[in-house]
Amino acid sequence: MSKLRGYRRPHPGTQPDYDYPPYASTAKRHPTQPLVIAPQTLSELTGPIFGHDDLKPGDHDLTRQHKGEPIGERIIVSGRVLDENGKAAAHTLIEIWQANAAGRYPHRTDQHDAPLDPNFSGAGRALTDAEGRYRFVTIRPGEYPWRNHHNAWRPAHIHFSLFGPAFMTRLVTQMYFPGDPLLEYDPMYNCIADEKARKRLISTFDWETTVPEHALGYRFDIVLRGEEATPMEKNGK
Amino acid sequence: MSLYATANQTVGPFLHIGLAWLNTDRIAAPGVQGERVTIQGRLLDGDGVGVGDGMIEVWQANAQGKYAHPEDKQKKPLDPAFRGFGRIPTSAKGAFRFSTIKPGGVPGLDGTLQAPHLVVSVFMRGQLKHLATRIYFPDEAANAKDPILALVPSARRGTLVAKKIAGRESALEWNVVLQGRGETVFFDF
Repeated sequence: MSKLRGYRRPHPGTQPDYDYPPYASTAKRHPTQPLVIAPQTLSELTGPIFGHDDLKPGDHDLTRQHKGEPIGERIIVSGRVLDENGKAAAHTLIEIWQANAAGRYPHRTDQHDAPLDPNFSGAGRALTDAEGRYRFVTIRPGEYPWRNHHNAWRPAHIHFSLFGPAFMTRLVTQMYFPGDPLLEYDPMYNCIADEKARKRLISTFDWETTVPEHALGYRFDIVLRGEEATPMEKNGK
Repeated sequence: MSLYATANQTVGPFLHIGLAWLNTDRIAAPGVQGERVTIQGRLLDGDGVGVGDGMIEVWQANAQGKYAHPEDKQKKPLDPAFRGFGRIPTSAKGAFRFSTIKPGGVPGLDGTLQAPHLVVSVFMRGQLKHLATRIYFPDEAANAKDPILALVPSARRGTLVAKKIAGRESALEWNVVLQGRGETVFFDF
Protein backbone atom coordinates (compact mmCIF):
# COMPACT_ATOMS: atom_id res chain seq x y z
CA MET A 1 0.00 0.00 0.00
CA SER A 2 1.22 3.45 -0.83
CA LYS A 3 0.81 6.49 1.37
CA LEU A 4 -2.63 7.19 2.72
CA ARG A 5 -3.82 10.66 3.45
CA GLY A 6 -5.77 11.29 6.62
CA TYR A 7 -8.65 13.64 7.24
CA ARG A 8 -8.18 16.92 9.06
CA ARG A 9 -9.30 17.28 12.63
CA PRO A 10 -12.12 19.76 13.25
CA HIS A 11 -11.32 23.41 13.69
CA PRO A 12 -11.83 24.38 17.38
CA GLY A 13 -15.36 25.50 18.20
CA THR A 14 -16.91 24.28 14.96
CA GLN A 15 -18.24 20.96 16.29
CA PRO A 16 -20.43 20.28 19.33
CA ASP A 17 -19.23 18.64 22.55
CA TYR A 18 -20.80 15.40 23.70
CA ASP A 19 -21.70 16.87 27.09
CA TYR A 20 -23.85 19.94 26.62
CA PRO A 21 -26.10 20.65 29.63
CA PRO A 22 -28.60 22.91 27.79
CA TYR A 23 -29.56 19.79 25.81
CA ALA A 24 -30.70 17.77 28.82
CA SER A 25 -30.54 14.34 27.20
CA THR A 26 -26.77 14.58 26.74
CA ALA A 27 -26.34 14.18 30.52
CA LYS A 28 -26.67 10.39 30.55
CA ARG A 29 -25.52 9.80 27.01
CA HIS A 30 -22.06 11.32 26.73
CA PRO A 31 -18.83 9.45 27.41
CA THR A 32 -17.27 10.43 30.74
CA GLN A 33 -13.85 9.05 29.88
CA PRO A 34 -11.70 10.97 27.41
CA LEU A 35 -11.84 9.71 23.84
CA VAL A 36 -8.76 7.75 22.81
CA ILE A 37 -6.96 9.71 20.13
CA ALA A 38 -5.98 7.36 17.34
CA PRO A 39 -4.46 7.57 13.86
CA GLN A 40 -6.69 6.96 10.88
CA THR A 41 -6.04 3.59 9.29
CA LEU A 42 -7.38 1.96 6.15
CA SER A 43 -10.48 1.05 8.19
CA GLU A 44 -11.33 4.71 8.75
CA LEU A 45 -10.20 5.94 5.33
CA THR A 46 -12.63 3.64 3.56
CA GLY A 47 -16.39 3.43 3.94
CA PRO A 48 -19.56 2.16 2.31
CA ILE A 49 -20.29 3.28 -1.21
CA PHE A 50 -23.84 3.65 -2.46
CA GLY A 51 -25.09 4.09 -5.99
CA HIS A 52 -28.18 4.60 -8.07
CA ASP A 53 -29.07 0.93 -7.57
CA ASP A 54 -29.74 1.75 -3.93
CA LEU A 55 -32.33 4.40 -4.78
CA LYS A 56 -35.67 4.54 -6.54
CA PRO A 57 -36.66 7.26 -8.99
CA GLY A 58 -38.48 9.96 -7.08
CA ASP A 59 -36.80 9.28 -3.74
CA HIS A 60 -35.73 12.93 -3.76
CA ASP A 61 -39.31 14.23 -4.05
CA LEU A 62 -41.12 14.03 -0.70
CA THR A 63 -44.27 15.57 -2.20
CA ARG A 64 -44.95 12.62 -4.51
CA GLN A 65 -44.72 9.60 -2.29
CA HIS A 66 -48.48 9.22 -1.80
CA LYS A 67 -51.71 9.51 -3.77
CA GLY A 68 -52.31 13.13 -2.89
CA GLU A 69 -50.07 16.08 -2.33
CA PRO A 70 -49.00 16.92 1.20
CA ILE A 71 -50.39 19.98 2.94
CA GLY A 72 -47.96 22.84 3.31
CA GLU A 73 -45.67 25.18 1.48
CA ARG A 74 -43.81 23.34 -1.30
CA ILE A 75 -40.07 24.10 -1.28
CA ILE A 76 -36.96 23.05 -3.15
CA VAL A 77 -33.87 22.39 -1.07
CA SER A 78 -30.65 22.12 -3.02
CA GLY A 79 -26.97 22.76 -2.68
CA ARG A 80 -23.53 21.31 -3.10
CA VAL A 81 -21.56 18.90 -0.99
CA LEU A 82 -17.87 19.76 -0.87
CA ASP A 83 -14.98 18.75 1.31
CA GLU A 84 -12.83 21.17 3.31
CA ASN A 85 -10.52 21.54 0.34
CA GLY A 86 -13.40 22.66 -1.86
CA LYS A 87 -13.49 19.40 -3.78
CA ALA A 88 -16.94 18.16 -4.79
CA ALA A 89 -18.24 15.09 -2.96
CA ALA A 90 -19.48 13.29 -6.06
CA HIS A 91 -22.11 10.53 -6.08
CA THR A 92 -22.50 10.49 -2.32
CA LEU A 93 -25.67 9.47 -0.53
CA ILE A 94 -27.79 12.04 1.29
CA GLU A 95 -30.71 10.99 3.47
CA ILE A 96 -33.16 13.51 4.87
CA TRP A 97 -36.09 13.39 7.27
CA GLN A 98 -38.37 16.03 8.71
CA ALA A 99 -41.70 16.87 10.36
CA ASN A 100 -44.78 17.68 8.29
CA ALA A 101 -46.11 21.21 7.82
CA ALA A 102 -47.88 21.03 11.18
CA GLY A 103 -44.73 20.03 13.04
CA ARG A 104 -45.61 16.37 13.45
CA TYR A 105 -43.59 13.24 12.69
CA PRO A 106 -45.32 10.01 11.69
CA HIS A 107 -43.70 8.17 14.59
CA ARG A 108 -45.22 6.30 17.52
CA THR A 109 -43.30 8.34 20.07
CA ASP A 110 -44.30 11.73 18.67
CA GLN A 111 -47.14 12.78 20.95
CA HIS A 112 -47.43 16.35 19.71
CA ASP A 113 -51.08 17.30 19.31
CA ALA A 114 -50.83 18.31 15.67
CA PRO A 115 -52.33 16.52 12.68
CA LEU A 116 -50.57 13.80 10.75
CA ASP A 117 -50.65 14.19 6.98
CA PRO A 118 -51.53 10.96 5.17
CA ASN A 119 -49.73 12.30 2.12
CA PHE A 120 -46.44 13.01 3.82
CA SER A 121 -43.94 10.54 5.26
CA GLY A 122 -41.10 13.02 5.62
CA ALA A 123 -38.18 10.93 4.34
CA GLY A 124 -36.11 11.34 1.19
CA ARG A 125 -32.84 10.29 -0.37
CA ALA A 126 -30.60 11.44 -3.18
CA LEU A 127 -27.15 10.96 -4.62
CA THR A 128 -25.06 14.00 -5.42
CA ASP A 129 -24.02 14.42 -9.05
CA ALA A 130 -20.45 14.60 -10.34
CA GLU A 131 -20.16 18.21 -9.09
CA GLY A 132 -21.56 17.37 -5.66
CA ARG A 133 -24.96 18.92 -6.36
CA TYR A 134 -28.18 17.60 -4.88
CA ARG A 135 -31.84 18.63 -4.98
CA PHE A 136 -34.88 17.70 -2.91
CA VAL A 137 -38.51 18.72 -3.32
CA THR A 138 -40.43 18.80 -0.05
CA ILE A 139 -42.68 20.97 2.07
CA ARG A 140 -41.52 23.42 4.67
CA PRO A 141 -41.49 21.60 8.02
CA GLY A 142 -43.35 23.05 11.00
CA GLU A 143 -41.86 23.97 14.35
CA TYR A 144 -42.76 21.67 17.21
CA PRO A 145 -42.56 21.53 20.99
CA TRP A 146 -40.20 19.25 22.90
CA ARG A 147 -39.72 18.71 26.59
CA ASN A 148 -36.14 19.81 27.05
CA HIS A 149 -37.15 22.83 29.16
CA HIS A 150 -40.27 24.90 29.83
CA ASN A 151 -41.98 26.02 26.61
CA ALA A 152 -39.24 24.51 24.46
CA TRP A 153 -39.83 24.60 20.70
CA ARG A 154 -37.59 23.35 17.94
CA PRO A 155 -37.04 25.74 15.06
CA ALA A 156 -38.10 24.38 11.68
CA HIS A 157 -35.42 22.00 10.46
CA ILE A 158 -34.59 19.16 8.12
CA HIS A 159 -32.28 16.34 9.27
CA PHE A 160 -29.46 15.48 6.86
CA SER A 161 -27.33 12.33 6.89
CA LEU A 162 -24.29 11.99 4.61
CA PHE A 163 -21.61 9.36 4.11
CA GLY A 164 -18.96 10.97 1.94
CA PRO A 165 -16.04 8.84 0.75
CA ALA A 166 -14.97 7.30 4.08
CA PHE A 167 -15.92 6.27 7.62
CA MET A 168 -14.21 9.53 8.62
CA THR A 169 -16.54 11.73 6.60
CA ARG A 170 -19.83 10.49 8.05
CA LEU A 171 -21.99 13.47 8.98
CA VAL A 172 -25.45 13.90 10.48
CA THR A 173 -26.63 17.47 10.74
CA GLN A 174 -29.73 19.67 10.59
CA MET A 175 -30.64 22.43 8.17
CA TYR A 176 -32.49 25.48 9.47
CA PHE A 177 -34.41 28.29 7.77
CA PRO A 178 -33.38 31.94 7.57
CA GLY A 179 -35.08 34.35 9.95
CA ASP A 180 -36.45 31.68 12.29
CA PRO A 181 -37.11 33.44 15.64
CA LEU A 182 -36.65 30.17 17.57
CA LEU A 183 -33.01 29.69 16.59
CA GLU A 184 -31.57 31.87 19.33
CA TYR A 185 -33.34 29.78 21.98
CA ASP A 186 -32.56 26.36 20.52
CA PRO A 187 -29.96 24.25 22.37
CA MET A 188 -29.26 22.16 19.26
CA TYR A 189 -28.45 25.19 17.17
CA ASN A 190 -26.51 26.85 19.98
CA CYS A 191 -24.39 23.82 20.84
CA ILE A 192 -21.83 25.03 18.31
CA ALA A 193 -19.58 27.61 19.94
CA ASP A 194 -18.29 29.21 16.76
CA GLU A 195 -20.88 31.67 15.48
CA LYS A 196 -19.91 31.34 11.82
CA ALA A 197 -20.06 27.56 12.01
CA ARG A 198 -23.48 27.82 13.64
CA LYS A 199 -24.80 30.13 10.97
CA ARG A 200 -23.69 27.77 8.24
CA LEU A 201 -26.49 25.46 9.39
CA ILE A 202 -29.01 28.04 8.19
CA SER A 203 -30.05 27.68 4.59
CA THR A 204 -30.38 30.76 2.41
CA PHE A 205 -33.37 31.75 0.34
CA ASP A 206 -32.39 31.22 -3.28
CA TRP A 207 -33.99 32.95 -6.28
CA GLU A 208 -32.01 30.78 -8.66
CA THR A 209 -33.71 27.56 -7.63
CA THR A 210 -37.09 29.15 -6.92
CA VAL A 211 -39.55 27.91 -9.55
CA PRO A 212 -42.11 30.51 -10.68
CA GLU A 213 -45.70 29.71 -9.70
CA HIS A 214 -44.48 26.55 -7.97
CA ALA A 215 -42.01 26.57 -5.09
CA LEU A 216 -39.49 28.67 -3.16
CA GLY A 217 -35.89 27.56 -3.25
CA TYR A 218 -33.54 27.22 -0.30
CA ARG A 219 -29.86 26.58 -0.67
CA PHE A 220 -27.88 24.51 1.81
CA ASP A 221 -24.25 23.73 1.08
CA ILE A 222 -22.58 21.04 3.14
CA VAL A 223 -18.89 20.57 3.86
CA LEU A 224 -17.44 17.18 4.76
CA ARG A 225 -14.09 16.63 6.43
CA GLY A 226 -11.27 17.04 3.91
CA GLU A 227 -7.96 15.29 3.52
CA GLU A 228 -4.79 16.70 4.94
CA ALA A 229 -2.67 18.56 2.43
CA THR A 230 0.21 16.13 2.76
CA PRO A 231 0.26 12.39 3.27
CA MET A 232 0.43 11.71 6.98
CA GLU A 233 2.13 8.34 7.31
CA LYS A 234 3.21 5.42 5.29
CA ASN A 235 0.91 2.51 5.32
CA GLY A 236 1.76 -1.15 5.56
CA LYS A 237 1.63 -3.43 2.61
CA MET B 1 -9.41 26.83 -0.76
CA SER B 2 -10.10 25.86 2.80
CA LEU B 3 -13.51 25.40 4.37
CA TYR B 4 -14.61 24.10 7.73
CA ALA B 5 -16.66 20.94 7.95
CA THR B 6 -20.36 21.41 8.64
CA ALA B 7 -21.27 20.97 12.30
CA ASN B 8 -22.81 17.73 13.45
CA GLN B 9 -26.27 17.73 14.99
CA THR B 10 -28.21 15.03 16.80
CA VAL B 11 -30.21 12.43 14.89
CA GLY B 12 -33.03 13.17 17.36
CA PRO B 13 -35.74 10.74 18.45
CA PHE B 14 -37.23 10.19 15.00
CA LEU B 15 -34.07 9.06 13.23
CA HIS B 16 -35.65 5.89 11.92
CA ILE B 17 -38.06 7.85 9.72
CA GLY B 18 -35.19 8.83 7.52
CA LEU B 19 -32.76 6.02 8.12
CA ALA B 20 -34.70 2.76 8.48
CA TRP B 21 -34.83 2.14 4.71
CA LEU B 22 -31.14 1.19 4.87
CA ASN B 23 -31.36 -1.00 7.97
CA THR B 24 -29.17 -4.03 7.37
CA ASP B 25 -28.71 -6.55 10.15
CA ARG B 26 -27.45 -9.26 7.82
CA ILE B 27 -24.21 -7.75 6.61
CA ALA B 28 -23.10 -10.87 4.77
CA ALA B 29 -25.64 -12.44 2.42
CA PRO B 30 -25.71 -16.24 2.03
CA GLY B 31 -22.83 -17.32 -0.13
CA VAL B 32 -20.42 -14.68 1.08
CA GLN B 33 -17.18 -16.36 2.01
CA GLY B 34 -16.05 -16.32 5.61
CA GLU B 35 -16.64 -17.50 9.14
CA ARG B 36 -20.21 -16.66 10.15
CA VAL B 37 -20.73 -14.77 13.36
CA THR B 38 -23.67 -13.14 15.13
CA ILE B 39 -23.02 -10.17 17.38
CA GLN B 40 -25.59 -8.98 19.85
CA GLY B 41 -25.65 -6.53 22.69
CA ARG B 42 -27.25 -3.48 24.21
CA LEU B 43 -26.73 0.24 24.04
CA LEU B 44 -26.86 1.47 27.65
CA ASP B 45 -27.03 4.99 29.03
CA GLY B 46 -25.48 6.34 32.23
CA ASP B 47 -28.23 4.78 34.35
CA GLY B 48 -27.76 1.41 32.71
CA VAL B 49 -31.03 1.86 30.87
CA GLY B 50 -31.27 0.68 27.27
CA VAL B 51 -31.29 3.42 24.66
CA GLY B 52 -34.39 2.79 22.57
CA ASP B 53 -33.82 5.55 20.04
CA GLY B 54 -30.41 4.75 18.68
CA MET B 55 -28.60 2.76 16.05
CA ILE B 56 -25.17 1.50 15.19
CA GLU B 57 -23.48 1.44 11.82
CA VAL B 58 -20.82 -1.15 11.05
CA TRP B 59 -18.10 -1.08 8.41
CA GLN B 60 -15.77 -3.97 7.75
CA ALA B 61 -13.44 -5.73 5.36
CA ASN B 62 -14.22 -9.09 3.77
CA ALA B 63 -12.81 -12.42 4.93
CA GLN B 64 -9.58 -11.70 3.03
CA GLY B 65 -9.08 -8.38 4.79
CA LYS B 66 -10.06 -6.27 1.77
CA TYR B 67 -12.42 -3.30 1.88
CA ALA B 68 -14.88 -2.75 -0.97
CA HIS B 69 -13.52 0.74 -1.54
CA PRO B 70 -11.13 2.28 -4.09
CA GLU B 71 -8.78 3.49 -1.34
CA ASP B 72 -7.97 -0.14 -0.53
CA LYS B 73 -5.30 -0.95 -3.10
CA GLN B 74 -4.23 -4.30 -1.64
CA LYS B 75 -3.94 -7.14 -4.11
CA LYS B 76 -6.60 -9.23 -2.45
CA PRO B 77 -9.87 -10.48 -3.95
CA LEU B 78 -13.12 -8.61 -3.52
CA ASP B 79 -16.34 -10.48 -2.92
CA PRO B 80 -18.89 -8.87 -5.27
CA ALA B 81 -21.78 -9.84 -3.00
CA PHE B 82 -20.25 -8.14 0.02
CA ARG B 83 -20.38 -4.39 0.70
CA GLY B 84 -19.42 -4.65 4.36
CA PHE B 85 -21.92 -2.16 5.71
CA GLY B 86 -24.54 -2.67 8.39
CA ARG B 87 -27.04 -0.32 10.00
CA ILE B 88 -28.79 -1.78 13.02
CA PRO B 89 -31.42 0.07 15.03
CA THR B 90 -31.78 -0.56 18.75
CA SER B 91 -35.00 -2.10 20.05
CA ALA B 92 -37.16 -0.30 22.62
CA LYS B 93 -34.93 -1.89 25.28
CA GLY B 94 -31.73 -0.82 23.61
CA ALA B 95 -30.86 -4.22 22.16
CA PHE B 96 -29.25 -4.81 18.78
CA ARG B 97 -28.17 -7.88 16.87
CA PHE B 98 -26.56 -8.52 13.52
CA SER B 99 -24.93 -11.30 11.58
CA THR B 100 -21.86 -11.07 9.40
CA ILE B 101 -18.59 -12.77 8.60
CA LYS B 102 -15.39 -12.30 10.53
CA PRO B 103 -13.15 -9.98 8.51
CA GLY B 104 -9.54 -10.72 7.71
CA GLY B 105 -6.73 -8.62 9.10
CA VAL B 106 -6.12 -5.28 7.39
CA PRO B 107 -3.00 -3.11 7.24
CA GLY B 108 -2.25 -0.70 10.03
CA LEU B 109 0.27 2.10 9.84
CA ASP B 110 3.95 1.71 9.11
CA GLY B 111 3.74 -1.87 7.96
CA THR B 112 1.85 -3.18 10.95
CA LEU B 113 -1.13 -5.48 10.65
CA GLN B 114 -4.39 -4.83 12.46
CA ALA B 115 -6.27 -7.64 14.12
CA PRO B 116 -9.68 -8.48 12.61
CA HIS B 117 -12.14 -5.79 13.65
CA LEU B 118 -15.29 -3.95 12.72
CA VAL B 119 -15.48 -0.18 12.94
CA VAL B 120 -18.67 1.13 14.49
CA SER B 121 -20.48 4.47 14.59
CA VAL B 122 -23.03 4.96 17.37
CA PHE B 123 -25.97 7.33 16.89
CA MET B 124 -28.79 8.29 19.24
CA ARG B 125 -31.01 11.04 20.51
CA GLY B 126 -29.15 12.94 23.22
CA GLN B 127 -25.91 12.85 21.28
CA LEU B 128 -24.82 15.87 19.26
CA LYS B 129 -22.40 13.88 17.11
CA HIS B 130 -21.89 10.19 16.63
CA LEU B 131 -19.31 8.16 18.53
CA ALA B 132 -16.68 5.95 16.89
CA THR B 133 -15.63 2.63 18.38
CA ARG B 134 -14.47 -0.84 17.29
CA ILE B 135 -15.35 -4.48 17.79
CA TYR B 136 -12.52 -7.01 18.05
CA PHE B 137 -12.83 -10.79 18.29
CA PRO B 138 -12.12 -13.06 21.27
CA ASP B 139 -9.29 -15.62 21.27
CA GLU B 140 -7.54 -13.73 18.51
CA ALA B 141 -3.78 -13.81 18.91
CA ALA B 142 -3.40 -10.75 16.67
CA ASN B 143 -5.18 -8.58 19.25
CA ALA B 144 -2.00 -8.49 21.31
CA LYS B 145 -0.16 -6.73 18.48
CA ASP B 146 -2.98 -4.53 17.22
CA PRO B 147 -1.69 -0.95 16.91
CA ILE B 148 -5.02 0.67 17.78
CA LEU B 149 -5.77 -1.57 20.77
CA ALA B 150 -2.27 -0.76 21.98
CA LEU B 151 -3.29 2.89 22.36
CA VAL B 152 -6.07 1.95 24.78
CA PRO B 153 -5.31 1.69 28.51
CA SER B 154 -5.09 -2.04 29.18
CA ALA B 155 -7.84 -1.98 31.79
CA ARG B 156 -10.29 -0.67 29.19
CA ARG B 157 -9.30 -2.79 26.18
CA GLY B 158 -11.81 -5.45 27.08
CA THR B 159 -14.68 -3.12 26.20
CA LEU B 160 -13.66 -3.42 22.55
CA VAL B 161 -13.47 -7.22 22.46
CA ALA B 162 -16.70 -9.15 21.92
CA LYS B 163 -17.29 -12.05 24.31
CA LYS B 164 -18.33 -15.59 23.53
CA ILE B 165 -21.82 -16.56 24.60
CA ALA B 166 -21.70 -19.84 26.50
CA GLY B 167 -23.46 -22.68 24.71
CA ARG B 168 -23.99 -20.75 21.50
CA GLU B 169 -21.50 -21.37 18.79
CA SER B 170 -20.44 -18.36 16.72
CA ALA B 171 -22.54 -15.98 18.80
CA LEU B 172 -20.79 -13.05 20.43
CA GLU B 173 -21.86 -10.36 22.86
CA TRP B 174 -20.66 -6.79 22.66
CA ASN B 175 -22.27 -3.92 24.52
CA VAL B 176 -22.03 -0.17 24.18
CA VAL B 177 -21.82 1.31 27.68
CA LEU B 178 -21.97 5.09 27.48
CA GLN B 179 -20.93 5.93 31.04
CA GLY B 180 -19.54 4.51 34.23
CA ARG B 181 -18.35 1.00 35.03
CA GLY B 182 -17.21 -0.76 31.90
CA GLU B 183 -17.59 2.40 29.84
CA THR B 184 -16.88 1.57 26.22
CA VAL B 185 -13.78 3.06 24.66
CA PHE B 186 -14.60 5.62 21.99
CA PHE B 187 -12.05 7.01 19.56
CA ASP B 188 -11.16 10.41 18.27
CA PHE B 189 -9.73 9.79 14.80
